[in-house]
Amino acid sequence: MTTARPGKSRHNRALPLVLLSAGLVVMAAPFVWMGLASFKTAPELSASPPVWIPTEWTLENFSELLDKLDMPLYFLNSVIVATLVTVGNLLFCSMLGYALAKLNFAGRSQIFALVLGALMVPGNLMLLPLFVLMSRMQLLDTHAGLVLPFAAGAFGVFLMRQFMLSVPDEMLEAARIDGAGEWFIFWRIVMPLVKPALATLAILTFLQSWNNFVWPLIATNDPDKYTLPVALATFATDPNQADGSNGVLMAGSFLVVLPVLLVFAVLQRYFTQGFATAGLK
Amino acid sequence: MSTTTTDRVATSTAGPGPSAPAGRARRSRAGVHHLAGWLFSTPFLVLFATFMAMPILATLAMSFTDFGLRNVTDPFSAEFTGFENYTRLFEDEKFLAALFNTAYFVAAGVPLTIGLGLVVAVLLNSGIDRMRTFFRVGFYAPVVTSIVAVAVVWRFVLDPGDGLIAGLAAEVGLTSPDFLGSEALAMPSLIVMAVWRNLGTVMVLCIAGLQAIPTEVREASRLDGAGAWQEFRRITVPLLRPTLLYATVITTIGYLNVFEEPFVMTQGGPSDSTLTVSLDMYREGFSYFHMGYASAMAYVLFVVIMGITVLQLRLLKDNTK
Repeated sequence: MTTARPGKSRHNRALPLVLLSAGLVVMAAPFVWMGLASFKTAPELSASPPVWIPTEWTLENFSELLDKLDMPLYFLNSVIVATLVTVGNLLFCSMLGYALAKLNFAGRSQIFALVLGALMVPGNLMLLPLFVLMSRMQLLDTHAGLVLPFAAGAFGVFLMRQFMLSVPDEMLEAARIDGAGEWFIFWRIVMPLVKPALATLAILTFLQSWNNFVWPLIATNDPDKYTLPVALATFATDPNQADGSNGVLMAGSFLVVLPVLLVFAVLQRYFTQGFATAGLK
Repeated sequence: MSTTTTDRVATSTAGPGPSAPAGRARRSRAGVHHLAGWLFSTPFLVLFATFMAMPILATLAMSFTDFGLRNVTDPFSAEFTGFENYTRLFEDEKFLAALFNTAYFVAAGVPLTIGLGLVVAVLLNSGIDRMRTFFRVGFYAPVVTSIVAVAVVWRFVLDPGDGLIAGLAAEVGLTSPDFLGSEALAMPSLIVMAVWRNLGTVMVLCIAGLQAIPTEVREASRLDGAGAWQEFRRITVPLLRPTLLYATVITTIGYLNVFEEPFVMTQGGPSDSTLTVSLDMYREGFSYFHMGYASAMAYVLFVVIMGITVLQLRLLKDNTK
């Protein structure tokens, strides 16, 4: 296709490349700025004109951050909550996804309609009563309170149903004739076949929970139960810390963002493909 | 989507019938799994009912009461006040400002996000092979990062004293405006940040959509002498319409709920110029515990979201016929 007129196609290819490279510089600039600022000394952080590359790399922002914020604890809280939310979604969404895709039962189409409807409801609509409910259940300031409302999302059901539709019915019928129960079929036959979908759902759910902010902000008062974004936002909006904390804040953001960016760079296929598939199917 | 669903259902129920006419009665009973179906559905349904369906109805109920802090421990003593919360809302200048600001954010942010996402996708689809993954990762990276962390970073980037923009301005002998401290510039700054963060989502959707356009169509248009712009206008955009529709709907819903950006970067200021509906609702509900009033806000926002979504589906879909 491109061999016919090499001169023209080379020209056609150069322009997009230039534009994309310029765009990429803009996209990366805030991250690069954050990374460099994390390692700058206080005078270099507030220098004008700015010092772009630190002349003296320092870890003092990170040590100050750890003095002021119990980052390991918030990190642990985020990991616990995100892990439990992910496990819940993998199990419960797959179960319903299997029922919707492969079991013929009264009420199935109504439940599927419910799932599709739930996809469109904005999360903010539930916050107020959810707070009252969690307060009555004594679940504020607990991990359970942060996990339960997100333990089975409609998106996961939709994703798993779409993938499970492609499992051949003959395979399930054969197992049934051999006397296998539905749980056995689900757990031993269907789940292994949809592993790529499970991986996609796991990554997307973990990420969503990791970055979740509004509910953890509302449901935690005790700083010991803060997740990373809540701790960072609370510190960033604390008027007592407003001055001269840019270095600490950049170090904090760096620690929140870096693991996600690294995982994303390695597993990017799952992110983008899963997202596009789920959206378009 | 609905057609494939019914097809699948049809084949799965018709499947066993003709293959084994002798065991028909037994088979058709075996093809129905009422008990298993409901058992597999139960965990999701219980969580859904408790943490979604019930709260959605409770928000509606609360919006007709004077639900306040004392009702958190005693919910049923809240007093019924009819439509008072709703009538007060539309006289509340703060809320009207929040509605306006949210509309501003959506009206400027959505077209920019969709437009730039589409442009990046088209550029990536124009014959770059080797660098493709690299660029895709780069443009998508902000989507996966925490909005809070990103907002904290952008606040510093936009800092008029020692931020990135101020530094660039100083290099060329200019002074940077105080982006987040100015009533005129604060909202545009939040919009630029939102576009930066979300265009990767649109890009990924558009790349998937572009790859579904048959190359024959493009080649035919080129043979007919179409230039790059004509090809974009007459081939790419019309054939991408379903993708763009979907991207527009999800971006609009996300932007109507905008919360973290003003919460971290401006706290709604200066003088409420970046106060959004979600932020106003959060404050009324969880800072002042005017929970009945905040519930009414939540429902107004919900109705607006549903209305706009339905409108977009209608408007953009009919054009394809």
